[in-house]
Amino acid sequence: MSTADTTQKLPLFDRIFRPEHIVLENGHSIDRPRSRMPLILICLAAVIIISMRATGFSFSILIERGNQLTVILGKIFHPDWSYFPKVISPLIETIKMSIIGTVAGCAIGLPLAIFASSNINRNKPSLLVIRFILAVMRSVPTLIYASVLALIFSLGAFAGSVAIVIFTVGIVAKMLYESIETIDMGPFEAMTSFGANTFQAFWAACMPQILPTYLDDCLYCFELNVRASSILGYVGAGGLGVLIRERTGLRAYDDLGCVLITLFIVVWIIDLLSDYIRSKLT
Amino acid sequence: MSRENVLEKLQSEPKNLWKRVLVFAVVLLLVVWSGSSITFNGVAKQGSVVASGIVNGILHPNLKLLFNLTTDGIPYLLLQTIAIAILGTIFGAILAIPVSFLASTNIVPRPVAMIFRALILLIRTIPSLVWALVWIRVTGPGAFCGVVTQSVCSIGMISKMYITAIEDLNTGILESMDASGCNTFQKIRCGILPQLSASFVSTAIYRFDINLKDATTLGIVGAGGIGSPLVQSITYSRWINVGAFLVALIILVVLIEWMSTKIRTRLATGKR
Repeated sequence: MSTADTTQKLPLFDRIFRPEHIVLENGHSIDRPRSRMPLILICLAAVIIISMRATGFSFSILIERGNQLTVILGKIFHPDWSYFPKVISPLIETIKMSIIGTVAGCAIGLPLAIFASSNINRNKPSLLVIRFILAVMRSVPTLIYASVLALIFSLGAFAGSVAIVIFTVGIVAKMLYESIETIDMGPFEAMTSFGANTFQAFWAACMPQILPTYLDDCLYCFELNVRASSILGYVGAGGLGVLIRERTGLRAYDDLGCVLITLFIVVWIIDLLSDYIRSKLT
Repeated sequence: MSRENVLEKLQSEPKNLWKRVLVFAVVLLLVVWSGSSITFNGVAKQGSVVASGIVNGILHPNLKLLFNLTTDGIPYLLLQTIAIAILGTIFGAILAIPVSFLASTNIVPRPVAMIFRALILLIRTIPSLVWALVWIRVTGPGAFCGVVTQSVCSIGMISKMYITAIEDLNTGILESMDASGCNTFQKIRCGILPQLSASFVSTAIYRFDINLKDATTLGIVGAGGIGSPLVQSITYSRWINVGAFLVALIILVVLIEWMSTKIRTRLATGKR
């Protein structure tokens, strides 16, 4: 490469702050680019200062009123276990919502992911449209979906399940099309050259390659969904969130502690289970 | 290859049909069990009105609100939401560093690591809304509460990712630096930091994406950002305002996600 060529391709930063020119003892010379760290730090500091202004951040409030934190946390960690029987049925409802949501979401997400991967779907406009729809689905938080759906489908677990399905479709399809794009397309081409149609070729040649990742993603979504669905009740979409809202409203933080610690144990068990299944998958 | 060879190859494949049937049956059973109690009770009385209101709102958002440059307008609220997410992510990412070193089995003994892992799981399990309710007593309602909440909530997921990076550290480099006579500071500066920095920054950017969405939901309990006016407009059925908020939110999140994916691929591949 000629020197004129390299100066053309220099990034803006290196054109302003010229690289240090070092001549070695044996006569060779190299250009050592200037560190970008000072520039990054200055930008970061500016962003932090603007953000602190916009949010009214102050350490003094934290130090002055920090003891207020222990009031509620102390009650949460001295849970009232006599409340436990009332926790069980919403807890089961939460788990059911996340199971239904995950299974339905993963089932819908699979075909969408196939249409959204650039190595299977060669039609650029439809590819972009599907990807955009998926991005929009992911961009709205689950709680906002739930609060709107609770108005449409009346309060209860159904609205929550639909909210979880929408969230899961967006996230599963994205993770999946990213892994579909990295698979080996050789078998797929071989199948199509035998005369198989796109669906047959995909099913026989690509499915075995993406199945482990797909199941892994589904499990990951299930873990996310259990956490997400536990709070959906806060806007009236069923599950543990209903209790969380009611108990915080009544300032019954020891009952809240019971709800949260039960949730913690269940989430822990689910994490261990999915880790076990994952170790079997690979 | 002749036909016999192909058949032979097919026969030598492991037979796991019964396993697949079993897994399928278990999943089916779980779905039936869960489906039993989640029933579709039809659309609520006002349901169709709400649905058409939302669609209409998104198609005809309140443009006055969308381009209102005062503190009630959407641009300022979006800025505040971004500010909450930025500060929350930065503080969370800094606070997560000591926690994740203390929870890595190759740095501290296993029992200590287990205690800190339980702590991390506890932080992750308590929903961010509950954290916000706890912190709101300290800070009072407003954006500051959102910042503090996100700083704490982010620790959970960020440390989980940090731990994987720390446990993947290549200790051979440290040994060779020892052999060439480097002191502890030099070992950290040239042996550990370059191995961790890329994945740490990548994790923080990924978490920033999540925090941006989370900052919206925190508004439900009054922790600042675009969330509280959005939820208020939903409760009072002001659909054109809901439409404006949603359009702004979707554009912001899609844009930020696209940018963060770009930066993270660059970090992963090392290209400039």
